[in-house]
Amino acid sequence: MSHEETPVPEIRVHPIKNGTVIDHITAGQALNVLNILNIPNAASGVISIIINAPSVHGIKDVVKIEGRELNVDEVDKISLISPKATINIIRNFEVSEKTHVHIPEIVDGVVKCINPNCISNSNEPVSSKFTVSTDGQRIILRCLYCERIISEDIGNHLL
Amino acid sequence: MTFKDLHIISMKSFSRDMIDHILDTAEKLEPIASGKTKSDLLAGKVLAVMFFEPSTRTRMSFETAMMRLGGDVLSLGSVDASSIAKGETLADTIRVVDGYSNAIVLRHNKEGAAQLASEFSSVPIINAGDGAGHHPTQTFLDLYTIRRESHLEGLKIALAGDLKYGRTVHSLCYALSLYGAEITLISPKELRMPAEIIEDLRSRNIKVTETDSIEEAIADVDVLYATRIQKERFPDPAEYRKVANSLQITTELLEKAKPDLKVMHPLPRTNEIDPKVDDTPHACYFNQSFYGVPVRMALLALVMGALE
Ligand SMILES: [Zn+2]
Repeated sequence: MSHEETPVPEIRVHPIKNGTVIDHITAGQALNVLNILNIPNAASGVISIIINAPSVHGIKDVVKIEGRELNVDEVDKISLISPKATINIIRNFEVSEKTHVHIPEIVDGVVKCINPNCISNSNEPVSSKFTVSTDGQRIILRCLYCERIISEDIGNHLL
Repeated sequence: MTFKDLHIISMKSFSRDMIDHILDTAEKLEPIASGKTKSDLLAGKVLAVMFFEPSTRTRMSFETAMMRLGGDVLSLGSVDASSIAKGETLADTIRVVDGYSNAIVLRHNKEGAAQLASEFSSVPIINAGDGAGHHPTQTFLDLYTIRRESHLEGLKIALAGDLKYGRTVHSLCYALSLYGAEITLISPKELRMPAEIIEDLRSRNIKVTETDSIEEAIADVDVLYATRIQKERFPDPAEYRKVANSLQITTELLEKAKPDLKVMHPLPRTNEIDPKVDDTPHACYFNQSFYGVPVRMALLALVMGALE
């Protein structure tokens, strides 16, 4: 085993009985993930955060949440800032489901358009909508109204 | 191919077949546009013209198109005096006007306004410009002008002036890429065409050349399309004058051109074209502005279902 492969985040944090482990979060995005999940406001259990943990594919962040499973909207949002994340649902100390985040084709009401002159940023009765694509590395959002592209720091533009 | 109830929002949703059909239809309607023949093709139909920012020429062109086809025009009055000043949303305004009309022409200062309007309208929306966004009828009339005055197939075209901010020039380039045009871009370095657009065009196998000299490019092209250079893009007035003079189209310059070169300009011009050029066979910018009428007639008749 090479040096990089040795550390496993699980040894640094206690296992959880029921909840979710979000693994392989893009390094530096853990706090944005918490923001998406409205943590700490919407959580009662223990939350563990690991930032810059070494892994086989370089560094990553990990978030463990006790007593909570994520809904589809939350997972969609996470996919935008962390397309390689995996969601592990833990039931009775065991991984009962493990899924990769799925990148949606369209996100609705999730990200605010960065164009101040976009009609979606006025008081019209519509939510912001973006088509989602990827160039293999980055997620590319294109506003359905003004066509402005957001491909960097998406976490800063989450609604 | 049916255009009935189609929203005209962005050139991107038009294939070459669709564009050709619109241009063919415009050509058939041209005698009516010039008043040689009368028509009541759109009799009993109402076009709502909603301009949230002024653009007299575009508005008059749409109104003429509707009236030449025997239809009626309903105009949104001054924006200040209307309910918009009271804070009504565009969505609400559209839902009201939708009940009064068979199609809505919309010009708005916010990007994406036409897309939003289309989500609330049961009648077709025609985008007449949304902020720095799309202005598809301008592109259709540019294409029509090129087809009537020169040729679309195997075209060599030079675009000169402000290529950075001119979105109509951008969508014209995309549309011309459907016809395999060779494109020369002439601009000062401050106002160059965005790199991603050039990349897109090249990925469509379009030959694109960039230069800052009109003299170099002019000998070889069929169409020279000039755009307005806005003074306010330049922090230094001296720099503006330098650029404006270096890109000016004069009769001396045109001596180097092909005899059938056509000069286009979306108007209004400032000093991109010397008025002496007006009297040469190269000038086609006034024809170009007339061609807006048959093109808009074609679009109106098609989306209202009066023509197939
Ligand atoms: Zn937008």
